[in-house]
Amino acid sequence: MNFRQADDTSSATALEIKGVSKAFGRFPALKNVSLQAKDKEFLALLGPSGSGKTTLLRVLAGLEKPDAGEVRFGDEDFLALPVRRRKVGMVFQHYALFRHMTVAQNIAFGLTVRKRSEKPSKSEIADRVNHLLQLVQLEGLDKRFPSQLSGGQRQRVALARALAIEPKMLLLDEPFGALDAQVRRELRRWLRELHDRAGVTTVFVTHDQEEALDLADRVAILKDGELVQLGAPNEVYEHPANPFVFDFLGQACRLRGVVEGARLRVADWESAAPTGAPQGAVEVFFRPDEVAFAPADGAGLAAEVKGVAQRGPDVRIDCLVEGAPMELVGHGPTLPPGVTPGLSVRIKPLRPQVYAAG
Amino acid sequence: MTVAALAPVAGKPRTRWKEPSILPGFPLAMGWTLTYLGLIVVLPLAALVLRPWEAGLHGVWATLTEDRVLAALRLSFGTSLLAALTNVPLGLMVAWTLTRYEFPGRRIVDAFVDLPFALPTAVAGIALTAIYGPTGVLGEQFAQFGLKTAYNPIGIYIALLFIGLPFVVRTVQPVLQDLDREVEEAAQTLGATTFQRFRMVVLPAVLPALISGFSLAFARAVGEYGSVIFIAGNMPLKSEIAPLLIVIKLEQYDYAGAATVGLAMLVISFGALLGVNFLQIFLARRGRA
Repeated sequence: MNFRQADDTSSATALEIKGVSKAFGRFPALKNVSLQAKDKEFLALLGPSGSGKTTLLRVLAGLEKPDAGEVRFGDEDFLALPVRRRKVGMVFQHYALFRHMTVAQNIAFGLTVRKRSEKPSKSEIADRVNHLLQLVQLEGLDKRFPSQLSGGQRQRVALARALAIEPKMLLLDEPFGALDAQVRRELRRWLRELHDRAGVTTVFVTHDQEEALDLADRVAILKDGELVQLGAPNEVYEHPANPFVFDFLGQACRLRGVVEGARLRVADWESAAPTGAPQGAVEVFFRPDEVAFAPADGAGLAAEVKGVAQRGPDVRIDCLVEGAPMELVGHGPTLPPGVTPGLSVRIKPLRPQVYAAG
Repeated sequence: MTVAALAPVAGKPRTRWKEPSILPGFPLAMGWTLTYLGLIVVLPLAALVLRPWEAGLHGVWATLTEDRVLAALRLSFGTSLLAALTNVPLGLMVAWTLTRYEFPGRRIVDAFVDLPFALPTAVAGIALTAIYGPTGVLGEQFAQFGLKTAYNPIGIYIALLFIGLPFVVRTVQPVLQDLDREVEEAAQTLGATTFQRFRMVVLPAVLPALISGFSLAFARAVGEYGSVIFIAGNMPLKSEIAPLLIVIKLEQYDYAGAATVGLAMLVISFGALLGVNFLQIFLARRGRA
């Protein structure tokens, strides 16, 4: 199913953001952000609230004017185009559907507001609406009003409405933020499939790292208006650029250590330092589930097990590592027998990340 | 048939007078509500409905077909309708300006809107007459173009515009405030022009409130007395409003005649408000159903 004619002439880069800054009064929402998105790429903007991700999306849509910087799409200067000429499909967190219009009228809106010379005929519009209803799996609901739909259905209407204008780019602002976890996961998969079929460059804003890592081709992580890291989901997960990213992308355990040459030393445990690790005093980060357990007389960090609690498939292990409380995660069936409350074990972080101590 | 089989059937058909509620005092509250409404609303209206017939059907008909009465009713409802209709777009604009823009003195301007509410109507009437009268600041200017702005229906229209404005503004304002900006932004990204955004997104959302504001302004204008009589000139058949005619009939001890005019106003107003309500229900259903 193709929404746009395959663009033979398109270069690799579709969207180019260069040095964009934006302040609201004294509050700098975006600080000199530059990034690119390739044609048909699914890019996630990930960050905590206040990181500027939504502002950046609104700049792309034209709903916000940056104080400095450049936004280009293809060979167009996007900033010179008013919102309604950018042809971007925007999907809002709270759907922003037209309440007094039926589902069909909502979807057709972008076509009915066109100039007479560009407006498709009534039957063409009806065809397009039917086609989109099929695509978002809402056949037969065309005559309903938004208030008669569930949250997930409303968001699919919003998506169909955005796709109806054959957008050059799809912008999604936390589209699943108002939905419950089950619906979220279903829609996430479905959105990715839809993106692959429609073949449209998509920028997706979220604060949910799982969502971003699961969905996107590349993830841009923002913090306090700055781009902290940009890369494929695996790349950013396995090589977070700094402690913030490490922390933000999942649970983190942290310890102090020292790097000397190619060796990393934490307390009485020594291992090979990760490549590119800074020398001297460092902070060692690892995921609570990426540890190996060893007997108390083996090698590793001395850990005193305080409590073990089964949480569904996972086991939460509360322990004291080098005197500091730490929460580890193990998998029930593979947990060694020594890991019981009151006993001492040794743990070895499997993939420690090392950052210069701040 | 056993007793056990009968029991649920016996319990079911009894419709309950009142559902049990955690709020106490229902009999007292209900009793007071009915008494109060009866005394304040129903009883006077009943009197109004009953009074005219003292003069017999013939008397009622004679009063209603009097030229002076017909002219007064036509004038009252005509100018009220016109003023309320004018206030709809103007009030929307005022409400829009007050909700959508931030400017110094916005709160003061906002407070000004309430003045027609707050001012005693007679004071308003005198003030309007002073300004729009033939020697008034504005009246003089209009007079140069041959437009008389007092002592004729135009004067009445101006007074009714004045007292009706806050009704429209105050009903539309909260709706405009609650209007989701994202919905307008969505329309924008979909290619709608500013005008299309207003007509297809904003207007349908505020339409029910606009209609409410209209009917409130209209109802108030029909009954308006104090602010109108000073500027109207009160010439029978030309600029005499129906409420004034009631007063005149009362002063002539023609109580049945006064009540007849009153009843006519009641019926017309009631019909108009009923129509507006139906329109609103229809609009509400279109958006929800």
